Amino acid sequence: MPDTPGWARWANDHRKWLFAAPAMAFVAALIIFPLAWTMYLSLTDSSGSVRAESEFIGFRNYIDVLTDTDRFWPAVARTGAFTGVALLVEVVLGMAIALLLWRPFRGEKWVRVAILLPLVATPVAVGMMWRLIFDPNIGLANQALGWIGIGPQPWLAGQHTALPTTIFIDIWQWTPMVVLILLAGLTSLSDEPQEAAMIDGASAWQRFRHVTLPLLMPTVIVAVLLRGIDALKTFDILYATKGRGGGSFNEVETLNVYAYGLSFDYNEYGLSSTVLILFFLLIIALMWVLTARKKKEAGR
Amino acid sequence: MTLSACGGGGDDSGASDTVRVTLVNHVWTENIRKALPEFEQQSGLKVEVTQLGEDQLSDQYNVKLNAGSDDIDVMMYRPLQEGRLFAKNGYLADLTDKAKENADFDFADFQDAPVSATTYEDKVVGIPIITEQQVLYYRKDLLEKSGFSAPPQTLDELKAQAIKIQADNPGVAGFVARTGKAAAVTQFSSFLYSFGGDFVDESGNSAVNSEAAKQAYAFYGGLLREQGPANISTDMSWSEAMAIFTQGQAAFYPEANSLYANATDPSKSRVAENVGFAPFPAGPAGSKPYNIPSWGLAINEASGNQTNAWKFIEWAAGKEQSLEQQKTGTPGARTSVFENPEATSTYPEDMAQAITVSLANGVGHDRPVVERVAQAREIVGQPIVDAITGRDAAASADTAHEAFQKFLDDEAR
Repeated sequence: MPDTPGWARWANDHRKWLFAAPAMAFVAALIIFPLAWTMYLSLTDSSGSVRAESEFIGFRNYIDVLTDTDRFWPAVARTGAFTGVALLVEVVLGMAIALLLWRPFRGEKWVRVAILLPLVATPVAVGMMWRLIFDPNIGLANQALGWIGIGPQPWLAGQHTALPTTIFIDIWQWTPMVVLILLAGLTSLSDEPQEAAMIDGASAWQRFRHVTLPLLMPTVIVAVLLRGIDALKTFDILYATKGRGGGSFNEVETLNVYAYGLSFDYNEYGLSSTVLILFFLLIIALMWVLTARKKKEAGR
Repeated sequence: MTLSACGGGGDDSGASDTVRVTLVNHVWTENIRKALPEFEQQSGLKVEVTQLGEDQLSDQYNVKLNAGSDDIDVMMYRPLQEGRLFAKNGYLADLTDKAKENADFDFADFQDAPVSATTYEDKVVGIPIITEQQVLYYRKDLLEKSGFSAPPQTLDELKAQAIKIQADNPGVAGFVARTGKAAAVTQFSSFLYSFGGDFVDESGNSAVNSEAAKQAYAFYGGLLREQGPANISTDMSWSEAMAIFTQGQAAFYPEANSLYANATDPSKSRVAENVGFAPFPAGPAGSKPYNIPSWGLAINEASGNQTNAWKFIEWAAGKEQSLEQQKTGTPGARTSVFENPEATSTYPEDMAQAITVSLANGVGHDRPVVERVAQAREIVGQPIVDAITGRDAAASADTAHEAFQKFLDDEAR
């Protein structure tokens, strides 16, 4: 094409970059820049004000955080416990409910709507609602226990009951999402394998264990990934129920709540960035392990 | 009232007829919003109000002031909580000339203690608008029923009355107060002072493990553990504690006077008719409640509309508005208003008397006076929650002392 002007030829040669450029600029501005800035802050002693002069201190923050057994490591443990327990219960419970709703029955629509209700509420509002219900003195939960002759429980107020109570709230709010995903997966399965298994005389449990579950596995993995990432970064429910620092004994302080407190209560921007970077690395590592495992399964 | 033009000082690069004001949810704010049209008419300015809860307000400032944002002109802030940090970071405009120039504004009329809390390195960086004193809220009917003719004069009497009332009224707590680690510190401070202690000693060192402090921690925590509500939580701020009191489930409640309307307003309180107020009971060192400026107005240093921002402050913190505010139950910082009988004419009589006592004996701070207040409150608040949950308050005070001394050394560097 000898007549084509130079810029058009250049554009033609580089079109894959040109078309991708807006998306790349977007990613750079909204993901790479903040991440790089956080990384930079984590290597400084920035505190008080982000604009104040700060000193480059290398990995001192990392050493401080990683040797902090008062706040950091307990927060890691709580993050793990919160995510692990909530995720496990949500998937098992979600699967049970999805199986119940799988086959058509009368009033099915109403039941589905009722089950999805918790999902549409804002987590902060949900947290505040449960905080009222679980109030140890004037809350509904202890009154209800009183009717069936059980003594009052401390719920959110107790140092050792607070974390399980927040996990319960998370399960209450997010199990419906798992139900929704699994139900979509179930309804898309074809009936033939089920029928074949039935003719072979398989029991309901055997059909679930050896037919439904393996076929549904990709959907389950999607649900686990989506809910897992969400549960890891839970903040709103914890903040709305226990406030800053996760309570007077930091009883529900997860990594997110801890990093928030470092930034907004202590104005320790360097340390807060360090915690966030470590949290980020933890998630990357977790995802790497999961994907490696998935590949291994696929390769079998 | 006249609004004099302000000469010199302040950045007016972005002067605008709209003044952007950020205020906290408070009775003061409700009152000022009602009066705004009057100001807008007088000054020809337009006021745009952003109203937020205390925590949200604090987070908002952290983000916006850190970023050097100029979209806040006037900010309502807590001199004892954020004042030092903000002033040190250069977020607050120097108001010295503006405040002292206008004779009508009469800066000398402001009480000394509040002014010193809004002054940083000899510069006026804020104007105090709301002051608070701790008083004792109590239930007149419960006292009468248990045969007490007067509210407690001393902390020992407080304990004795709480025990008797609790025994006479199953299901009703003798005493309720804030229990959250950081939230309780301010109300605990009056107990600390009345036992003869303070957070920091004269040479600037931690004093939270002094004998007096240990006694105060044990007393406050013990009273809540034994005479407090059943299943007591360690997360209560004033709203939860106030709810228990106004639901009729507690006899005594030490709290800031500025919140009194919550207890006496029949639409908010089941016990409105039976609420009484008493001066803070005396401890071994006498009755020493705090008397502090809880809120002030400041101008954002990054604002380009400082002259008009000052006009708003001049009006909102002026004599006329201060009197109006004080009549509706929000004590201010102006001497002339406190001396005006009209200012307290609407208060319950016993409340007005309690305030007079607090003003005479009050201590000018209710939390450690440092830069990183939130962190300091968590450290000195730990023995409070430990005492409430039945742990050894003295040992906890020793641990807190070590951490607090380290914190102070760190901050002094």
